[in-house]
This record gives sequence, structure tokens and C-alpha cells, in this order.
Amino acid sequence: MTNELKAMTPKLTREPEGQDHVRGREPDGDTPVGKSTVKLQTADLNFYYGAFQALHNITLSVHERQITALIGPSGCGKSTFLRALNRISETIRHTRIDGRITLDGSDILKMDVTALRRRVGMVFQRPNPFPKSIFENVAYGVRVNGLPQGSSLKEVVEKSLHRAALWEEVKDKLHDSALALSGGQQQRLCIARALAVDPEVLLLDEPCSALDPIATAKIEDLLFNLKSQCTIVIVTHNMQQAARVAQETGFFLMGKLIEFDRTEVMFRKPTQKQTEDYITGRFG
Amino acid sequence: MTLSFRRRAVNALMLTLTGVCTTLVAGILLVILGYLAWNGATSLNLNFFTKLPAPVGEAGGGMANAILGSGKVLLVAMLLGVPIGFLGGVYLAEFGAGMFSGVVRYVTDLLNGVPSIVIGIFAYALVVQPMKRHSTFAGGVALGIMMIPIALRTTEEFLRAVPVSLREGAMALGASKSRTIFTIVIPAAKSGILSGLMLNLARVAGETAPLLFTAFGNTFWSPGWLNETATLPQMIYNYAISAYADQNRQAWAAGFVLLVLVLGVNAAARFAIGRTPARGRS
Repeated sequence: MTNELKAMTPKLTREPEGQDHVRGREPDGDTPVGKSTVKLQTADLNFYYGAFQALHNITLSVHERQITALIGPSGCGKSTFLRALNRISETIRHTRIDGRITLDGSDILKMDVTALRRRVGMVFQRPNPFPKSIFENVAYGVRVNGLPQGSSLKEVVEKSLHRAALWEEVKDKLHDSALALSGGQQQRLCIARALAVDPEVLLLDEPCSALDPIATAKIEDLLFNLKSQCTIVIVTHNMQQAARVAQETGFFLMGKLIEFDRTEVMFRKPTQKQTEDYITGRFG
Repeated sequence: MTLSFRRRAVNALMLTLTGVCTTLVAGILLVILGYLAWNGATSLNLNFFTKLPAPVGEAGGGMANAILGSGKVLLVAMLLGVPIGFLGGVYLAEFGAGMFSGVVRYVTDLLNGVPSIVIGIFAYALVVQPMKRHSTFAGGVALGIMMIPIALRTTEEFLRAVPVSLREGAMALGASKSRTIFTIVIPAAKSGILSGLMLNLARVAGETAPLLFTAFGNTFWSPGWLNETATLPQMIYNYAISAYADQNRQAWAAGFVLLVLVLGVNAAARFAIGRTPARGRS
């Protein structure tokens, strides 16, 4: 069993120094994993769709400037959990949250929701560019939230497209429709759009599930570079992806958080039988 | 062998029947168009668009006042019907989930089924009687009421067709619900809503009954908005039943003009719907 996992893990880690990341040594000398501060925390979080309870007592801490992956079979509540973190879940009728979610120690359920969403950005499963130009897509959040002092809209858009590794591909057609881009480009555009408002946390809900492997690899590289600038939480169906990009991983099953630990530990020595079964492909 | 023959015979018969019926459907429009063009276009000349109707018994004259009158009545109808229908549609699509909205939808569908002459009587009681005069305004109110249900339902349908993912994308960036609706959802549904409104306008442009006792009709220019006015459909009605051959011919011409206008608007609207809205510029 353990041998199987050992044989699997190196294959999954694309970067040669990937193991070091997992152990917590950042290439750019950031704080090592584990000692980094808690950015986002939930305590006894319950979530209901009408009478149906989708999440049961989730207590989890997301650490600053690292990637946290949430894995689990379909319908396990990982997306629901993610959508609670920026309260986009509230847009669906008859939903209810109880428990505590804190961002830098303050309760997000008491925050102004638009201020919260400015700080906690989100990228969705399917690329959802607005039917506007590439420029206007990236500019949208800035127009909503106001321009940071001393910068121009053009600068912010260019910088965001650079950060999302899309600038070179679109710099000559900024005013073309965003819908003319390929799926992978559209998803990076959505990431650029989220980054334009300079969020502290970026939530990604299966961002690569509609993309081919090459586009997926580009997004993963991008996430890897972004984590020095913001805290990332990614929901993924793809365990290899979690193993490749995340420093910490949580495993959800039927609305419960079964196990949460450093990715390395989760994939090599899970303490829970259910985690092990899922990771080795016995179910799910 | 016989069975196979029977099958083939039935097949041939049904194919012929359905084919004939299909041809009939398209044929009716072509016949109407052709007949109108034959009778109408030949009576059409520049005077038709620039001159007032000639006194009874005299040849010549035109329908300039009716063309302008129709335009003015439709303008009033749009100013009344479009905002009410559009904003009502926005409410139903974006905020309407409860019982109230269900009732509104049902009532709207009923309103859409009210015979146009009844709407005319209503506008008569609402506007003409209190003001003690027939007017462009009264005609516009009648047609405007007729526009509301379709404006409302098409707006609602096209807004609902905008994917939830776009709304979530905007709200995840910190946009409020109303900001999302006005900067993302409505622009995304814009071409659909606009073409729906054009079809709606084309539909009421041909309405005659509600205008008979609201705009009433006359044979001279109608200054302002509070005087009785001629309109194309009402002129067609009056001239078609007239005893004078010259007026009958002009009725054909007016019918042709009206049809060309309505079909033109229809075609333009369908062209606008057919174009993928998203491919356009920002």
C-alpha cells in the first residue's frame, strides 16, 4: 500500500523540487509551511440547502500564502464549503450557514458581503468570461470596487493579465470579445479578472475540469507562482492535481471533513481508512 | 408484396399531404404579399407619402398625415409599454420567485389574450372620456397597454436565459445584485430583448380596432399629441369600405406600405436575434 503511494507520488510532482515544497521549504524564502499564519478559518460550520444538511461541523484552517486543496467524491460538499467562504452560496435561495468563518480573525458572516468578495476572489469550474472585451472583463472588478490610488485602469489590467500569464497571448487583441478565446485562455482570463482587484484569498472551484491537460498544466504553473502573493484554496476532483500543487489537503466525504493535513502526509500516510480508500481508488 | 405496396402508397400519400400543407403555409404569405404588391404598389406614388388625403370624390392625394400619425401613436405606445414591460420583466426574472410573481405572470398572460377592441374600449374610458377628446395620446395608451404583456414576458425570458455563471462571476468580484443585473445580465440579453421589442412594436403597428375610438382618424394634419389623428390601419379600414374606387386603391397602397414596414421590422429583429450577441464588441 505505502509502496504504491510512494511509486505514485513522484510521478505526480511535476517540479523537480516539488518534494521540498511539500515539506515546506519555499523557493523564494517565504515562511515555511506550518509556521505560516492562519488566513481563513472555519469552526463548526454547518450548511443547509433547505432541510438538507450539506456540511457537518467543518473546522478547518487555511494558511496564508500557500495552496490548500479540497478533494473528495462528487456531492461530498467540497464545492459547497468553498462557496461558503466568499458567501456566494447566499445567492441560492433557501440556503443557510451556521457556525463561524473568520478571515484574519474577523467574522465574514458579519462583514459587508461586497467588501468580503473583494478580499476573497473566486474562479469557477467552467470559464465564465463576461460577453465583453478582454479588457473590460479584467477591468470589471476594478470598475466595481474603484481604482487603487496612483494607478490607471490600463496598468491594472495589464498587470493582472501578466499575473495570469495571459498577457503575451492577448496583448494585441485586448478589445476583442473574450468569448473568442480558447477554454484555457478564458479560464486564465477569469483568474486575471479575479486578480485585478488584488484579493487576499483566491478560491478555485475545479478550475481545470473543463480544460485539456496542456491548459491544465498552464493553470497549475500559474497557481504555483501566485501562491507567494495570495492564499489559494482549490477544489479538485483530480487527486494528482492536489498532490502536485497543494501544501495542505482536506478530504471531504458526505458533508464531513474526514481528514486534513499536509498533502504529503495525506497522500502517503493518511490516518483515516476512508482517506486511504479514496486516494487509492477503492471508491469515489 | 402487397403489404409493401400498401406501405409505400400510404407513405406517398402522407408525404404529399404534409408537403401540400407546408407549401400552403408559405403560399398564403406569398399570395398576400403578391396581391398587395399587385394592387398596392401600382397605386403607390410620391404623393402617397407627401400629400394629405384628397377631398371625397377628388382623385389623387396621399396619406402623409396617417403615416406620421401612426409613427406618433407608436412612439407614445413605446414610451408607455416598453418601460413598464421591461422593468416588470426585470423584476420577474431577477427577484420574482414567490406567489406574487406567479400571479403577475398569470395575469400578464391573460392580459395578452384580451381582445384588442376591449383594450380600445378601456383606453376610451380611461383617456378619451375624461379628456373629452380623441387623441394621438389616447391611441398610444391603447397600443401601449397591448405592448406590456409581451414586453414583460420577452424581457423575462431573455434575462432568464443569461447563465447563472455570469451573475456569480460578477458577484464574486464584489458587484451588488443590482449592479450585476444592470452591467452584466441586461447587456448580455440586450439583443434578444431589443428584437423582442421590435417584434412587439411590429405587432401593434397593425392594430386597428383599439385606434377606432381612441385616435379616431381625420383627413388633415394633427398638431401635437392631444388631437385626433389618422393612422395607417384606420385609413385602410375607412378607404377599403369606401364607395370610391380611388380610395379603394389607396387602401391597397396603405396596406402594402404597412406590410412592408412590419415585415421589415420583423426581418430586422430576427436578424438581430440570429446574430450571436457575444461576438460583438464590448
